[in-house]
Amino acid sequence: MIKKFDKKDEESGSGSNPFQHLEKSAVLQEARIFNETPINPRRCLHILTKIIYLLNQGEHFGTTEATEAFFAMTRLFQSNDQTLRRMCYLTIKEMANISEDVIIVTSSLTKDMTGKEDVYRGPAIRALCRITDTTMLQAIERYMKQAIVDKVPSVSSSALVSSLHMVKMSYDVVKRWVNEAQEAASSDNIMVQYHALGLLYHLRKNDRLAVTKMLNKFTKSGLKSPFAYCMLIRIASKLLDETEGGHDSPLFDFIESCLRNKNEMVVYEAASAIVHMPNCTARELAPAVSVLQLFCSSPKAALRYAAVRTLNKVAMKHPSAVTACNLDLENLITDSNRSIATLAITTLLKTGSESSVDRLMKQISSFVSEISDEFKVVVVQAISALCQKYPRKHSVMMNFLSNMLRDDGGFEYKRAIVDCIISIIEENPESKETGLAHLCEFIEDCEHTVLATKILHLMGKEGPRTPQPSKYIRFIFNRVVLESEAVRAAAVSALAKFGAQNDDLLPSVLVLLQRCMMDSDDEVRDRATFYMNVLQQKQKALNAAYIFNGLSVSIPGLEKSLHQYTLEPSEKPFDMKTVPLATAPITEQKTEIAPVATSKLPEKLAPSRQDIYQEQLAAIPEFQGLGPLFKSSEPVQLTEAETEYVVRCIKHTFAGHMVFQFDCTNTLNDQLLQKVVVQMEPSEAYEVVHCVPAPSLPYSQPGSCYTLIRLPDDDPTAVSCTFSCTMKYLVRDCDPNTGEPDDDGYDDEYVLEDLEVTVADHIQKVLKPNFGAAWEEVGDEFEKEETFALASVRTLDEAVGNIINFLGMQPCERSDKVPENKNSHVLFLAGECRGSSGGPFVPLWGETPTGFKSGTPHHLTLRTEEASRMRGETSSSNLKKSRRFSFQAP
Amino acid sequence: MDSPILEPSLYTVKAVLILDNDGDRLYAKYYDDTYPTVKEQKAFEKNIFNKTHRTDSEIALLEGLTVVYKSNIDLFFYVIGSSHENELMLMAVLNCLFDSLSQMLRKNVERRALLENMEGLFLAVDEIVDGGVILESDPQQVVHRVALRGDDVPLTDSCIFSFIHITCSSFFSLRISTLF
Repeated sequence: MIKKFDKKDEESGSGSNPFQHLEKSAVLQEARIFNETPINPRRCLHILTKIIYLLNQGEHFGTTEATEAFFAMTRLFQSNDQTLRRMCYLTIKEMANISEDVIIVTSSLTKDMTGKEDVYRGPAIRALCRITDTTMLQAIERYMKQAIVDKVPSVSSSALVSSLHMVKMSYDVVKRWVNEAQEAASSDNIMVQYHALGLLYHLRKNDRLAVTKMLNKFTKSGLKSPFAYCMLIRIASKLLDETEGGHDSPLFDFIESCLRNKNEMVVYEAASAIVHMPNCTARELAPAVSVLQLFCSSPKAALRYAAVRTLNKVAMKHPSAVTACNLDLENLITDSNRSIATLAITTLLKTGSESSVDRLMKQISSFVSEISDEFKVVVVQAISALCQKYPRKHSVMMNFLSNMLRDDGGFEYKRAIVDCIISIIEENPESKETGLAHLCEFIEDCEHTVLATKILHLMGKEGPRTPQPSKYIRFIFNRVVLESEAVRAAAVSALAKFGAQNDDLLPSVLVLLQRCMMDSDDEVRDRATFYMNVLQQKQKALNAAYIFNGLSVSIPGLEKSLHQYTLEPSEKPFDMKTVPLATAPITEQKTEIAPVATSKLPEKLAPSRQDIYQEQLAAIPEFQGLGPLFKSSEPVQLTEAETEYVVRCIKHTFAGHMVFQFDCTNTLNDQLLQKVVVQMEPSEAYEVVHCVPAPSLPYSQPGSCYTLIRLPDDDPTAVSCTFSCTMKYLVRDCDPNTGEPDDDGYDDEYVLEDLEVTVADHIQKVLKPNFGAAWEEVGDEFEKEETFALASVRTLDEAVGNIINFLGMQPCERSDKVPENKNSHVLFLAGECRGSSGGPFVPLWGETPTGFKSGTPHHLTLRTEEASRMRGETSSSNLKKSRRFSFQAP
Repeated sequence: MDSPILEPSLYTVKAVLILDNDGDRLYAKYYDDTYPTVKEQKAFEKNIFNKTHRTDSEIALLEGLTVVYKSNIDLFFYVIGSSHENELMLMAVLNCLFDSLSQMLRKNVERRALLENMEGLFLAVDEIVDGGVILESDPQQVVHRVALRGDDVPLTDSCIFSFIHITCSSFFSLRISTLF
């Protein structure tokens, strides 16, 4: 059977490759013997093999040469050599996209696919479908239908799979073969069954009813093929997910029954489907977890890997469900497959007890250098989760992380480590110094600009407040000397923060900034000059406003305002207060722990939700002249979810007005609503100015109507108000099928739930990264202290949460997190209040006393920039009747 | 989690690769556009080879893809699928490919024998996977359908195949057990 292709290669040793020195041109030259008569099958076969080998190596064939070879090859159909014919089919498939006029072989292939040789028929169908387009497909439709129901499995499978490929291109044609596919699905052959099921699903996947019927049929009748079972499980779990079917549905029972299948592949698929279902309870998970546990001791590495990977996912949501497998996982931590070992350890880190952490960390550090970056990220994520769970272990973790930081690794990996260290620093104040020291060391040799700037920013924020701020200066200034522009600029900003916070460092910082003013990059020079001048003033207020706490306006909003200003030049200087504030709290650190191998797309600077609303409202003529949008609330539901009409309201606050946006959806398919308005009856001195109706509300298409309210400006205490709302509209009955409405309609109304305006609607959150500086900046000129009792709250956490919700202000310095086992807490809140001049800034110092109990007094200190606001603010906090939460003056 | 529910699909296999012990491509078939250019494909193959050629463990996660593999003498067989794919399905493909080749090459699965039977390899892969869909998973069927010319496959007796099969698998378990 050894064919002597090339004598020379044969002699040159056993490691030779007969295809090694193939030249494309030489091979194409050789291909001329295809035209010789009689055909020499053996030589021709060898040349075809060479051509396919070259294509496989990624060799590029030009259209002309490919077409030439292709046409020569078509002559080989005259030979009856089986292997040669099969290689012709392969060549056709490989060249289908390179050569021109491949369709000339259609008739030869059609002949083979309907011929007597079973060996030819399957491959011929696949080759034919590869070169066919929609119009030609209709010509061979009859043969395809026959082939699908052919009793030779290879023919039937080939036809089904080819049809599946064709679905993308000619759905309408393939759709007509559903009955044949249905027949094939009851075939005895396991692969035919699998392919038929796949094709049927692809043809029906947009018709949920048909999919349900199909599932019912196959789950009852049972299938032979494990592949088909896997497919069925996937279809079932997708349907469960879409219909939000409860876990008592027959589909869930089916998936669960597959856990008892004889084939491991099916069992694993079912277990994985159950694990991935959202809202699965621990009890429902239990059978899946126990089969995965069995797999953990399988001799097959793939099965162990699959099991432990799935268990790892379970552990993210339900660590307790996996505890039962701890013993089996322990056995896997020394697995020779490092992927399995890593997954086992990270799973154990999530489920194990605090005492096992040290041991596991030691084990994992012994082979961390051998695993791929993907798994290193998994390890870091596990550590990050662990630090939240066992804060006391942070020193072990920190050591481990710093070692990992020194190793080689890609950006994703380093970023995961840096994020993890930063979150540890934020959670545990006592780890701050070691963490910063590790990060300092890291940026000494860091090739990722993004990470370096991030760390510099953090050092500027945290560094000045450590006991020994001076030791960080050296690291920061080294960056100014050695790095790229972006990093240098960030380093200058960080330096300035040290100068502003620490008086004794100020002279040295000024010297360093002086040097930065010679920098070659203009951004670096600008920053240095700016900070230099601010620092030389030695005024706390200036430092706070320009160095610690940057702009709090929304950037797209600022851009738009400035653009507007340049379009209409005026004498007046540009006023920052006309710019809408940034809405989103900037730090949303704790994202869900991502699964293995996610490549995150770079985040774009999307316009915030509020910017979009601003845009939409500005387009309505009635709302012009209201000034910039101050705040938009979260949507409030004014109806139950399952009613005839679904209405939700978004409250938009302006300087002196409020606009209520009612998003209405009509869920009745036999009605068309027109001229929809929401009538509002205020309980206080609020004045309804205008209503903008939604002209028409057809079935299931949401529409919006608006109501404009003037806020009373004479009485600053009237900040809260309750509105009773009624939706009024004209109903026109219509045909549910066509949507054609009747000519005449009648007026009707629908009572909605009451809508409340609260203190929070008048206050916009402002994040002040350095609260202390902001507090000093405002000064104690207008300071007001009051003490309130918190009734009906039981824990400190709850109290803090309620205060934040009630006032709608931004918690600063992570003071919204109450440390464990403390019975007093200081909460820092910052916000800006609605007002004609853009609103003064209001920081608030809230202190709960020691020995927190329900109803104990709560101390609030408030500072504002403007005296007149004072009264309004404190009295608003005085609101006793708020339903959810009450402050009671003692 | 980014994709909690798998879209039910027959498209399981992203690529089938066979590399030699220098990491050079002997055979590579990519079924989707994960690696559209030859350059990216070669880079991926290099990465895969570096990560796998020293260890004899049969599965790994690389560049967000699940890779199942098997090595024999101087050949490395890889089957690649999405990281959400059922690993055992990919394993079924790998085993089918390996067993089919081992029957066709009369258990002589090494680089030289493979290179001398490249057309057999091409046809076998074509019978196992079609455009990413698993076409057949039974090695007997694959060998039957490839149907190399009679004089090339002299020992079509099934008892010999089973003998080969047994010796092959015991050889493997031996290799694996020496690692522990």
